[in-house]
Amino acid sequence: MINSFRKNIKGIVIEGITLVSAIIIIAIVIIMLVVIFIGGKSQLSWEFLTSFPTEGMTKGGIFPAIYGTALLVIIMSIAAVPFGTITAIYLTEYAKENSIIAKTIRFAVRTLAVIPSIIYGLFGLGFFIKFVGANVDSAFYGGTLRWGQPNLLWASLTMALLTLPVVIVSVEEALKTVPQELRAASLALGATKWQTIWKIVLPGSLSGIMTGTILAVSRGAGEVAPILFTGAAYYLATLPGISDQFMVLGYHIYVLTTQSANVDQTLPIQFGTTCVLLLLTFTLNMSAVVLRYRIRKKKNH
Amino acid sequence: MAKKSTKVKSSKSSDSEKKQASLIDITRKKFRLGDYLAEKVIKGVAFLSITIIVLIFFFVFREAFPIFSNSKEIKSTKTEQASQETYGAVTDNNTNGNTQETYGAVTDSASKDGAQETYGEVTDKQEPQEQYGVQTKEPASIEGSDKKYTVSAGSGTDDNRSAIKTLTSKEWVPVSEKPRYGLLALILGTFKITLISMLFAAPIAILAALYTAVFANKKMKEIIKPTIELLAGFPSVVIGFFALMVLASFLQGVFHYETRLNSFVGGIAMGIAAIPIIFTITEDALTAVPKSFYEASLALGASRWQTAFFVILPAATPGIFAAILLGIGRVFGETMIALMATGNAALMDLNPFESVRTLAATIGAEMAEVVFGDTHYNVLFLIGSLLFVFTFVINAIAEFYVKGKLMKRIQGK
Repeated sequence: MINSFRKNIKGIVIEGITLVSAIIIIAIVIIMLVVIFIGGKSQLSWEFLTSFPTEGMTKGGIFPAIYGTALLVIIMSIAAVPFGTITAIYLTEYAKENSIIAKTIRFAVRTLAVIPSIIYGLFGLGFFIKFVGANVDSAFYGGTLRWGQPNLLWASLTMALLTLPVVIVSVEEALKTVPQELRAASLALGATKWQTIWKIVLPGSLSGIMTGTILAVSRGAGEVAPILFTGAAYYLATLPGISDQFMVLGYHIYVLTTQSANVDQTLPIQFGTTCVLLLLTFTLNMSAVVLRYRIRKKKNH
Repeated sequence: MAKKSTKVKSSKSSDSEKKQASLIDITRKKFRLGDYLAEKVIKGVAFLSITIIVLIFFFVFREAFPIFSNSKEIKSTKTEQASQETYGAVTDNNTNGNTQETYGAVTDSASKDGAQETYGEVTDKQEPQEQYGVQTKEPASIEGSDKKYTVSAGSGTDDNRSAIKTLTSKEWVPVSEKPRYGLLALILGTFKITLISMLFAAPIAILAALYTAVFANKKMKEIIKPTIELLAGFPSVVIGFFALMVLASFLQGVFHYETRLNSFVGGIAMGIAAIPIIFTITEDALTAVPKSFYEASLALGASRWQTAFFVILPAATPGIFAAILLGIGRVFGETMIALMATGNAALMDLNPFESVRTLAATIGAEMAEVVFGDTHYNVLFLIGSLLFVFTFVINAIAEFYVKGKLMKRIQGK
């Protein structure tokens, strides 16, 4: 009796420890959210979101950073989503599960997902700017510098490479939820493979493609390391075009906290910017989580 | 289709050959251009991810390579330089030209402009470069200006020759009269911070995953999993900001150490960033353990926690190992948190409460201020190659070795 009671106590304590670890994680998330929202709450206003920084970044808003982030993720999505979707289609529809090609591609995708983001930055610099950009310059602009320097396009493409695995993984998951019977039925009615994919499989997995896009956008909006030297700028007086450097929320936070001369004066803006960025990624991730749970539910039914 | 045709054949065997011919036509696979093209295009695009990896390999290494190639060339010209001053200066010029040419077919002037326009801050270093451009037109002025170039830009032969030697030294002083590129302090710092973050993150994440997979009821699962997904979605710059503004002061208040930003703070912050990865993979591995293991253990009289710790956890060890490996990979390459919360001083010190500078943070902090084609630039790319190879290997281990083992254990093959 006593023995079993002791056993019970031990069990409760050990279960308690695992529960505590789970609670610690939840607590970390909540603390981070609360601290940043409380710190940035007073800053959040329409004016803050829509005006330019003034007085050496100590006053004013963050509109150029929001604009730059939006442009960045739009160009990035245009590049990453189609390619990611097509790769996912290949992996689920065409490739044989255990073929060497499929395995290699899967391995490559996972590797892309774990490569540090700073390496993408280096690659963007070495490939897009120093190789592609410089060659375009010497071929079409007679050597005048236009594309061979950090700009929005190269930064977006670098970011697209970074978010490619995110898109591939979520689209693949969604494609797998389309029932095999639907495909078989379509093929039996005489549709070709491509027609089946285009008219049956893709529409059925649209929500998955949406999830992938949302997750990719959220990732792209938050990453800073890849654009540190492929296009992000400290301050710009005008809104950027595609061949200009640009301001980004994440880089803005980094610059204000570590590079600016008067860190204390810009503190409210730092919190405000972080709050905006967090709100943005938080909302995006939330909707992705909801969408994904819906897809999984569909799969289980 | 084939079935149908045989049926038709048997029932209407008396029918004309015309019909048979048309049936054969139906059963034969038609060549459809649209489908064929679609398949080829899809296949081609699918290879993109492989191509990207190869390209990353190639271009990151290509920018790092000149360190090694240069030092060889210089050895041969060194004697010349010693005997004839003027020639020495000229060879300097040539080697520089060579390095620049290796970075793609960039026209010299373009690459220099690139350095000037974008990174206007480093004006000291660019001035001599302009002179260098002039020199090639007027060879008369070579000597004087060229020397200036070698010294101030720090990218002449002297620099290259010593660069390789200093790679294994302890000092990281890239910007000085005599630049030293000692990677040891950086590597030590990176490992130190990785260790701290893993000591913090791995137990918490694994225990929490165990709780979620074995003990938790459905409601708790529905709270924990989305929370983890949210944490995974936190931009690292936000975690870095939190560490810099809140965590650093808090931890300093608790532990009373001197340097506010140190490897301890950075390690904890990176641990927070690594928790979702470790948690997700561990949880996957734990839930992959067959239900029969759990039931068999309970049937033999073991309690829930005994089953969890002595049956399920051991069965999933390869997966947990993979989780920790990938967590290490994440921390190893983490840039923004390292830049913001670690103090960024390259010290050769094992004390966790001292500042550190990690490999990734070094690239992030210095790449924007470096002159393109400079030795410093190449060394930063060398660091990048190191990081790349390291994460690549870690991922390969996690992928092949661990997965094979996990499958073997669970399926009992």
